[in-house]
Amino acid sequence: MTVEVWAAENTTPADIDSALRHLLEEQHGRGEGLAPARVLNMVAVVDASWRGEVLNRLERVGRYHPSRTVLCAVEDGRTTLDASARLSGDGTGDPSLISVVEERVDIRMGPSHLKRLDAIVDPLIVSDLITVVWAPHGHHDAIEAMRGLADVVLLDSADDPNPSRAISWVCRLQEHCYVVDLAWLRGTPWRERIAATFDPDQWRLALRQISKIVIRHRPDSAISGILMLGWLTSRLGWTPGSLVEEGGRHHGRARAGKVEVGLRLEPVPDLSAPGLGGITVETSDGSTLSLDRSQGGLAAKRTTRDGRESSWVVLGASRGEAGILGEGIRQALLRDPTYGPAIRCAGKMLS
Amino acid sequence: MATVQQENPLTEGLERTPVHPTTLIIFGATGDLAQRKLLPAVYNLAHEGALPERFNLIGIARTDQEHDEYRSFAQEAIQKYSRRTPDEAVLSSLLDRMRYVPGSFDDPAAYESIESIAKELDDEAGMAFNRVFYLATAPSFFETIAEALGQRGLDRRENAEVRLVVEKPFGHDLESARQLNRALLSVFEERQIYRIDHYLGKETVQNALVLRFGNGIFEPLWNRSYIDNVQITAAEDIGIGTRAEYYDRSGALRDIVQNHLLQLLTILAMEPPVSFSADEVRNEKVKVLHAINPPTLEEVTQRVVRAQYASGVAEGKDVPGYLEEQGVASGSTTETYVALRLGIDNWRWAGVPIYMRAGKRLSRRVTEIAVTLKPVPHLAFQESGSLGVRPNQLILNVQPNEGVSLSLVAKIPGARMRVRPVNMEFAYGTSFMSQSPEAYERLILDTMRGDATLFARDDEVEAAWGIVDPILEAWSQDGGPLPQYAAGSPGPAEADEILLDGAEWRAL
Repeated sequence: MTVEVWAAENTTPADIDSALRHLLEEQHGRGEGLAPARVLNMVAVVDASWRGEVLNRLERVGRYHPSRTVLCAVEDGRTTLDASARLSGDGTGDPSLISVVEERVDIRMGPSHLKRLDAIVDPLIVSDLITVVWAPHGHHDAIEAMRGLADVVLLDSADDPNPSRAISWVCRLQEHCYVVDLAWLRGTPWRERIAATFDPDQWRLALRQISKIVIRHRPDSAISGILMLGWLTSRLGWTPGSLVEEGGRHHGRARAGKVEVGLRLEPVPDLSAPGLGGITVETSDGSTLSLDRSQGGLAAKRTTRDGRESSWVVLGASRGEAGILGEGIRQALLRDPTYGPAIRCAGKMLS
Repeated sequence: MATVQQENPLTEGLERTPVHPTTLIIFGATGDLAQRKLLPAVYNLAHEGALPERFNLIGIARTDQEHDEYRSFAQEAIQKYSRRTPDEAVLSSLLDRMRYVPGSFDDPAAYESIESIAKELDDEAGMAFNRVFYLATAPSFFETIAEALGQRGLDRRENAEVRLVVEKPFGHDLESARQLNRALLSVFEERQIYRIDHYLGKETVQNALVLRFGNGIFEPLWNRSYIDNVQITAAEDIGIGTRAEYYDRSGALRDIVQNHLLQLLTILAMEPPVSFSADEVRNEKVKVLHAINPPTLEEVTQRVVRAQYASGVAEGKDVPGYLEEQGVASGSTTETYVALRLGIDNWRWAGVPIYMRAGKRLSRRVTEIAVTLKPVPHLAFQESGSLGVRPNQLILNVQPNEGVSLSLVAKIPGARMRVRPVNMEFAYGTSFMSQSPEAYERLILDTMRGDATLFARDDEVEAAWGIVDPILEAWSQDGGPLPQYAAGSPGPAEADEILLDGAEWRAL
């Protein structure tokens, strides 16, 4: 692991840019086996007091990470920019292999800088790469300022305790950029499994007979359940009805042609990880399918109308929150055509 | 009246589309391939949630052991060879799905047990699982197993698919390949047979198709008017290790050229397919093989060179020559190095020499395809002080540094117009920063998915043997000692003799 560092107080974006170039030239001069990674730029805007925690999260994302990270740590009362830059290579010491170099710029700034964050970070991002902005501690003003520069906004709609407000914010952002939502990504294995369960010919027709859906979720992750309902509603062509909250539980209906589908969200307090805990799909002939978190994957149980039960485990390792963030970074380079319709359906249910 | 099944609307946008519930049945389940590649690949698919929603594995081998003993064997193999540290809970759940059948491959009782366990698993789930029979055995068992599966009626079933996966080598010459195909096709249909060439599971190889057909910049140049020659190299720095018994009967031509290198060539040279469906792609690949004019017996000495490694130095240590390796027959004429020149007789490639070489105990491990363009007709820049102006080369690096490199000529900074070659590099690591899945993960998943695009078809295999057969025949008539090259060197000097018009081998 090679590390090159530069730091300066009361500096300017132009100085930081120049320092980065200098570091890259120096490093390249020392070995042709060093190649700067060129995947995507990430501009992370964080509260200064949580900077270390965010860095830890980014360190743990595993296989997928940004090639250039511009970490903007916001400190109350600060009026100047202090910055440091570092390049680090993943070299194994084997001269026949390329060592991939990542770049990180840390900037300490004040809240007043956020209104023109674009002007500060513009010289620091690599042109022609996707630029992702991530503001895990709010800072909507920074995201607004980055409108012209950011291709993708990475967010977690579960961060807002009010699902309706979270959805409105996403819908606004979608007007000018692509949104990757970690709450949506937590639901990916569930969506894959629901799709797989109904994929064999013998079960596919049952998609038209769904009469009730119950989703279990961690109390702070109602949005994950709402997104799951939005996905099912949009994919299956249902007409969304209102979802009403009573005592922390949501319930409502959607219309599938002439059939009404009952929808219910149930908080489960003892879930350790955010997101969903389980889902049960009932069909009008009395069959049910349940998927629930379990060791080594999801525990699946099917009960047919004649009362026969079948249970199995759908294999898959938990990605953990670090893995979810890594997946968010990877998804910034892809496009999921189903998120937009799902969140719009979810918005209609909450309106 | 037949009902038309509607599409599953829930699969839209999903990266991992559903795979029908499957029972994977591995013959040779305690062998080296199963241990090092197949079981770890299955685990990694399970870890990522990529296996079918319902999945079982039945292992068959001669070792007499119980289900639990096989599970312990599989656990150890996965822990040792998986590319990621196994998650205990996932591994434990996967092991629960494994069953084991002891028996020899010609024992009807073994097939009865397979059928009984597979049926039990179906009944337990209340559905018909697809069945994938994976022959990870010595090739001598392929026909026996296929025949036994047919006799037991395990070659097809109602409401589910049955597939047969065959590992290379697919025969040892054209006649044996035909015989093997006939035997397999007497039981299975071609659409059920998946012949694995693990090179095709590598990301860089698949990317060669995207590079050619997804970028407008290359197609206008991709023909005899602009391309001077093509070189395909598969160099290994290791020796034969413990594979003497197999290798001494095979050699570099059969082991690498007949399958891996000819497959790479077909991808490089094929016409754009109408679609990326399995048969459209394979139709185009077969056309390339049919357009290759194999050397006649008389031409073999001018177009093909073979050699053996002698003692030398590898990784800083003295290493023995091939003939001194344990298990190699005394006076063996098996080649550890082969270089050959081919041509493709069609409108696109006529007259473009295609050079191939493969060898063991060479100075470096590298697999690449190098496309050398013709030089510019007139160089206006001064040559004095310039560092050897060379024609542009496009290099597809398959391993170890997966990526693409384009060599260009650029001006050396300074007052004078002097030039030297520079490289534009695309490295997977820098652009994706992600670990490519093992080729076997992709290929096993494709067999369960029923996607045969990356597998060789019967006519493809036979066409490839048709190119190699005359060389084998010529060699069989010439038993003399083979040229030697020092272990750790770039190969024998004799390889230069097949190059035309001042061409040079690329440095390893």
